[in-house]
Amino acid sequence: MTSTPTAPAVPLPAPHDMRCPFSPPPAYTEAARTSSVTRAELPDGSPCWLVTGYPEVRTVLSDRRFSADARHPAFPLFTPGRRELFARNPSFIRLDDPEHARLRRMVTGDFLVKRVEAMRPGIQQIVDDALDRMTDGTTEADLVAAFALPVPSLVICLLLGVPYEDREMFQRLSRTLLNNTSGVDEVAKAQQELQDYLGGLAAHKKEHPAEDILSRLAARDDLTLQEIASTGILLLIAGHETTANMIGLSTVLLLDRPDQVAKLADPAALPGAVEELLRHTTIVQTGLPRVAVEDVELEGTLIRAGEGVFAMLSTANRDERMFGADGRLPADEVDLDRDARRHLAFGFGVHQCLGQPLARAELQIALATLFRRLPGLRLAAPRSELVFRDDTVVYGLKSLPVTW
Amino acid sequence: MQVSVDRDRCCSSGLCATNAPEIFDQDDRDSLVRLRQTVFLPSQFADLRLAAELCPSGAITVTEDIGTTPTQETDTAR
Repeated sequence: MTSTPTAPAVPLPAPHDMRCPFSPPPAYTEAARTSSVTRAELPDGSPCWLVTGYPEVRTVLSDRRFSADARHPAFPLFTPGRRELFARNPSFIRLDDPEHARLRRMVTGDFLVKRVEAMRPGIQQIVDDALDRMTDGTTEADLVAAFALPVPSLVICLLLGVPYEDREMFQRLSRTLLNNTSGVDEVAKAQQELQDYLGGLAAHKKEHPAEDILSRLAARDDLTLQEIASTGILLLIAGHETTANMIGLSTVLLLDRPDQVAKLADPAALPGAVEELLRHTTIVQTGLPRVAVEDVELEGTLIRAGEGVFAMLSTANRDERMFGADGRLPADEVDLDRDARRHLAFGFGVHQCLGQPLARAELQIALATLFRRLPGLRLAAPRSELVFRDDTVVYGLKSLPVTW
Repeated sequence: MQVSVDRDRCCSSGLCATNAPEIFDQDDRDSLVRLRQTVFLPSQFADLRLAAELCPSGAITVTEDIGTTPTQETDTAR
């Protein structure tokens, strides 16, 4: 049985309430309270669906009746710029199998759990060096610029074979691509610049191969230069923006909870603590877009073929039915003892984050080392002055003034 | 408990190898899931159920059986 919801459509994307900067936007939370599937509206006025409940989000992301192919004319996107970007050179994140699997499998070997485990000493060195530089002769810093951004940027640059000296350029371009307010021309230009940059690097590495992902991709004869560059852009952006923002936001959360920081010092508790931070923070704030390619009934609502859907990871990860049980604190609270391993912060289904073992290792090492080396870490500005990134795909902090 | 892995469905998320490294591995050649054991102890059943639940592509299936344990397990992909 299906019903037609009567509540007004939720306008997307909805803003955060800055009095509760760590909670999902109130419009999403409110929608989730009433139903797991709600009518919503894109900025251009076209209709789509907002899916907010844990089991329903899992269904949308793992059911092949929902497509991730952004070239579909009804694929829901916030901006014309993003449509332009995905139509031109889609990376595998915006393709369906078998195209998606073919391209993704070119790089899965670089993110094997055991391979990432072997990288831990190298990541630890990068973290230690960044903290040495940050604390050298001073007791104050912007933690985003001095630590949260450099650590994952350095790691992904090493893995991909991208010169870290070029970080200002690729960090600026990736911010343009992730921003919901960037215009079509701006996005097209940023995308082309990154495409040319990575394509150029790959062409060079074809002649002068090194031990890195771009070299390995460039050496293959079953990939076009465009496919190599698109994969490179995806890994470069996903590799630094996400982890950087997780480090920044997690630090603020932990500064507010000194009683829980001890968990980071216990190697047995650290992985679980990071899962809870991932669950609670869920930085992909715009949700994951899909388009129905067949009629699907979800929680009594009929989603028709050709209708767009946003799977909201943030509200799914606050679903009380899933995370509030067993006498634990409510799902809206941070509880580093909670078993949060079922969270959807990395998505779900065949598109689930390829780099999640690396993200876990980086977060565990970065957060544990930061609080061990700087036990007196605290904010250097009033809480109310922190500036959050509310207008991007990936939530985060613009800067984080700290002292120790 | 019966456990099967479907390598055609595996998307190499690595969650099985992260949460139950003694049971699951990722193949060096194709990054796809491999079972490291053929027989499982009751003490591993919770990990197996979690691995199946977490697997984003539905590549891991556990079937509870009534009666004798441990049992011979299957790997449907081979």
